[in-house]
Amino acid sequence: MLIKRETGFLQRFYLLEVMKGLFITTKNWLFSKNITIQYPEQRRKYSPLFRGQHYIKTTNGVENCTACMLCPTVCPADCIHIEAGERADKEKFPVRFEIDILRCCFCGYCEEACPKDAIKLSGIYEMADYERRVYDKNFLLIQRGSK
Amino acid sequence: MAGGVDVTTFELTAMAIKLGIVLLILLHVAPIMVWAERRICSWMQNRTGPNRVGPFGLLQPLADAAKFIFKEEYVPAHVRKGFYELAPAVSIIPAFLTFAVIPFGPSIDIGGNLVHLQLADLNVGFVYILAISSLSVYGTIMASWASNSKYAMFGGLRATAQMISYELALGLSLVSMIMVYGSVSLQEITQAQGEVFAFFPSLPKWGVFLQPVAFLIFFISIFAETNRLPFDLPEGEAEIIGFHVEYGGMKWSSFFLAEYLHMTTAAGFLTAMFLGGWQMFPGMYTAIVALGLEGDALYWTMVGLRVLSFAIKVMVILVFFIVVRFTLPRFRYDQLMHLGWKVLVPIALVNIVVTAYMISFGWL
Repeated sequence: MLIKRETGFLQRFYLLEVMKGLFITTKNWLFSKNITIQYPEQRRKYSPLFRGQHYIKTTNGVENCTACMLCPTVCPADCIHIEAGERADKEKFPVRFEIDILRCCFCGYCEEACPKDAIKLSGIYEMADYERRVYDKNFLLIQRGSK
Repeated sequence: MAGGVDVTTFELTAMAIKLGIVLLILLHVAPIMVWAERRICSWMQNRTGPNRVGPFGLLQPLADAAKFIFKEEYVPAHVRKGFYELAPAVSIIPAFLTFAVIPFGPSIDIGGNLVHLQLADLNVGFVYILAISSLSVYGTIMASWASNSKYAMFGGLRATAQMISYELALGLSLVSMIMVYGSVSLQEITQAQGEVFAFFPSLPKWGVFLQPVAFLIFFISIFAETNRLPFDLPEGEAEIIGFHVEYGGMKWSSFFLAEYLHMTTAAGFLTAMFLGGWQMFPGMYTAIVALGLEGDALYWTMVGLRVLSFAIKVMVILVFFIVVRFTLPRFRYDQLMHLGWKVLVPIALVNIVVTAYMISFGWL
């Protein structure tokens, strides 16, 4: 809505209003605190619920994942690919576990669906890369946690 | 002195040293001002500004300059080549020339030889500044016309109109100053400002106290003269990008350098005319006398303090330029013309008449 304000007699001279404006900016310049942060050194504190880079949780060096295929089923972006296999110490384990990170939308459904608390989303949000990566199992087994 | 008949080696050396120092300082004003502008602007907006390169980001202009130098020298196909290449030089040379007549210190006595802390004490005085600084608009027009682009040409047209309308007000405000001081030499005017008012001895007879109206008109006009906000219509970043829209790299930054040099000269001019030039701030003299300095020590301290006073005054004006830039919005074209022709010029004329009456009654 257009509000038309009356211009007062003193305001017509403009100089007083200029002074007021200068006073405000100078006050801001000299006395107000910066609201920006110096990013790489200072970081904002994010919620522990933040959904960032994935990892597969391990217990005693063994991955929790049993290749139950719940996470690729629930994944709306269809970015998780698991090949199941068998080995001596574990009845069923993922031979390959890949996340196409370019397709991931970080919805966190995989984490919610997982019955073994295996696939997790960490607090890491710096995922810029020089190539179009597909996270393989070795990469996902790095324990990340929230940063 | 004049005519160059008996120029001694001493005078030549003194002149060379003065030239070197002034040129060095002028060349360094632009990078420091760029840094100050960005820092102060960001502090006003509760940001931090460039602080990565060097201490407090002071080397940022250096990094910028390196970038400009290594940029491709791109010349658009549609420009008039000769004038296009010439325009940055034409706009930067008057900017360097104008500082010549501004006295940045008193005349000092070195072993019986008098050295004026001023590059050239011309008998035309500040008229020289007016003459040369109007030449700078040629660079703008040449750039805009040679660019062969609509937006650049709009910038040039606005620059011309603005220069003409505000130079008039500027000149008229100076007429009343000539009437008061009876001289056009900036050195003489500065010396005259060293006196104090009879009725209030701690107040020096600076131009701003003698002629507050002329000061105001002059101050507003130099904003227009130097193409700074709120009168940066020739540039008009938001709408037409300005007369240097077709320029890039070092050519563009030489326009930038010219703008900052104009600002420095304008600040120096304003200081010399209205703020007492190299005259010390009130109280400084009392302070150094109280310190008990005598003879040569007193003399050289006074010289140092006077040059320092000049530098401080110029710096304050330059910072004020920056503060104003980030406070006020830009004038519309018609508002600009209205302010120039219908407000400043009539006020300046009335001021001249009033000053004439006051002088004839002996009040000034």
